[in-house]
Amino acid sequence: MSIESAKSKDFISENPDGSSLWKDAWIRLRANRLATISLYFFIFISLLTLLGPEIATSSYEDQNLNRTFAPPGAESLFGTDNLGRDLFARVLHGGRISLAVGFLATSVSLIIGVAYGMTSGYLGGKMDALMMRFVDILYSLPFTIFVILLMVLFGRNFILLFVAIGAVEWLTMARITRAQTLSLKQAEFIEAARALGYSHPRVLFRHILPNLLGPVIVYATLTVPAVMLLEAVLSFLGLGVQAPMSSWGSLIKEGSEKMDIAPWLIFFPGVFFSLTLLALNFLGDGLRDALDPRAAKE
Amino acid sequence: MIKFILLRILQAIPTLFIIATLTFFMTRLAPGGPFDAEKNIPEEIKEKLESHFGLEKPLHTQYFLYLGNLLRGDLGPSFKYMGWEVSELIAKAFPVSAQLGLFSLLIALALGLPAGVVAALRKNSAYDYCLMITAMLGICLPTFVLGPLLILFFSSWLGWLPPLGWYSFADMVLPSLTLGLFYGAYIARLTRAGMLDTLNQDYIRTARAKGAPPVRVVLRHAIKGGLLPVVTFLGPAFAGLISGSFIIESIFFIPGLGRFFVTAAFNRDYTMVLGTVLFYACLIIILNLLVDMIQASIDPKTRNR
Repeated sequence: MSIESAKSKDFISENPDGSSLWKDAWIRLRANRLATISLYFFIFISLLTLLGPEIATSSYEDQNLNRTFAPPGAESLFGTDNLGRDLFARVLHGGRISLAVGFLATSVSLIIGVAYGMTSGYLGGKMDALMMRFVDILYSLPFTIFVILLMVLFGRNFILLFVAIGAVEWLTMARITRAQTLSLKQAEFIEAARALGYSHPRVLFRHILPNLLGPVIVYATLTVPAVMLLEAVLSFLGLGVQAPMSSWGSLIKEGSEKMDIAPWLIFFPGVFFSLTLLALNFLGDGLRDALDPRAAKE
Repeated sequence: MIKFILLRILQAIPTLFIIATLTFFMTRLAPGGPFDAEKNIPEEIKEKLESHFGLEKPLHTQYFLYLGNLLRGDLGPSFKYMGWEVSELIAKAFPVSAQLGLFSLLIALALGLPAGVVAALRKNSAYDYCLMITAMLGICLPTFVLGPLLILFFSSWLGWLPPLGWYSFADMVLPSLTLGLFYGAYIARLTRAGMLDTLNQDYIRTARAKGAPPVRVVLRHAIKGGLLPVVTFLGPAFAGLISGSFIIESIFFIPGLGRFFVTAAFNRDYTMVLGTVLFYACLIIILNLLVDMIQASIDPKTRNR
């Protein structure tokens, strides 16, 4: 998708022989070994959790009371919990929920933030000042506290979880987008597009939007782990997804309660969760260096 | 400077008003009431309780009554802890949370700053890579994974430190370490980035050209600019330390404000929830103001914002 837009005529090539900004970025990303490994690891984890039920020999909710607290072994790869449920299946299932929350909530914040920031930056003047003042006020609210409050008061509602987390995370996205839009507005090619008589929506979506995607993508990559962390915090406080469903956060909570008898119950979800966050953060850093050559030079 | 502080305090008033309103209606619109969970409570006693706390009045009357009390600095009585004022409960629980936050911050700074400076000075060396990968691990190993693992290792297996409670100094080690390691990792990364940025500046080259010893260049010239991102981070970090302490307090069974807040929300203890949220909000606003003042005193460029 991004490669497509890169090929459109609106793009300014960075160097004369026609290699696009995105192609350059891809080459730079590939040169960063840590980021490349992270990318492959992340794809691997995503596939694993997506295909989880196909790989795991038993379902995440099947109980087997004859085999409670079985240590990791041939029969169940990661061991079993207090109800004899296969931890491997539960970790894969939990990963699916955690990643889904991460991506959906990030998408919510991406859409709200980019639309808000672009509008604010493009309109400029008084409207911009007003819209940004609103963001400033929201910024000073203790949001984690509100999210916790929301989840306690209105029960563990899956949709509410996305809305609540998305509502917290869009603010920074809006700020980044606005700053980008403001500087792009001054660019000569935007002036040229306006002079050609293109409409405002066309300029916004065909000329400004593709050019501010870089920083936005970088920030989105870093938002996914942040969201997953917040979801896990909520699940850990007992406010996230409900049993028998599991997310990595709720598995870690269960594991921490029973770790004296069965340390593997906290070990495997913890390792999966941490490694995924690690990969996403390294990938985000790598993308930033790749998409922002100025920052990469130092 | 005084004008700047006054302006910020003025700005805080609408923010606090919005927070109070939002929280008030959020708690009231949520299903359930403070006296629903009591078992076998006769209807007339429940009504008596509700009228004692003014809960039978229309919602908007309650709202204005609450705001009026708030202006006089009265947070009202707790609905669940009979005979306790909300302010008394906060005064009892907050010092515990503050202690935890302070120790954690000290640990974070003590670990993060040196690590970041060393990594920046030995950029792209083995030191740099090891420190930064450790820091990244620290960020990605959430407190609720690290905390239980530390308990498992130091309490269950080695038996060196108590796993829970908040009575003696030994009790404080594991919780503070858990929270401190996380923020220390963050600070290390920020310090490294800030130091790298500063070390490339012309005035550092000038200092070196004048023949200042390397240690002096770092400690006297570079560190001031290099610490700016860390100072900026301290504002959100305080807020994070507060919400992070919810988790820590529930892992280690610490009687801090975070646990009071979560229990109060579960119990529909309206005044306690409102009081805690407003207290947190004030705290964050004050700490952010302090951070901005420190920032302004380090970096003259930010003074006129």
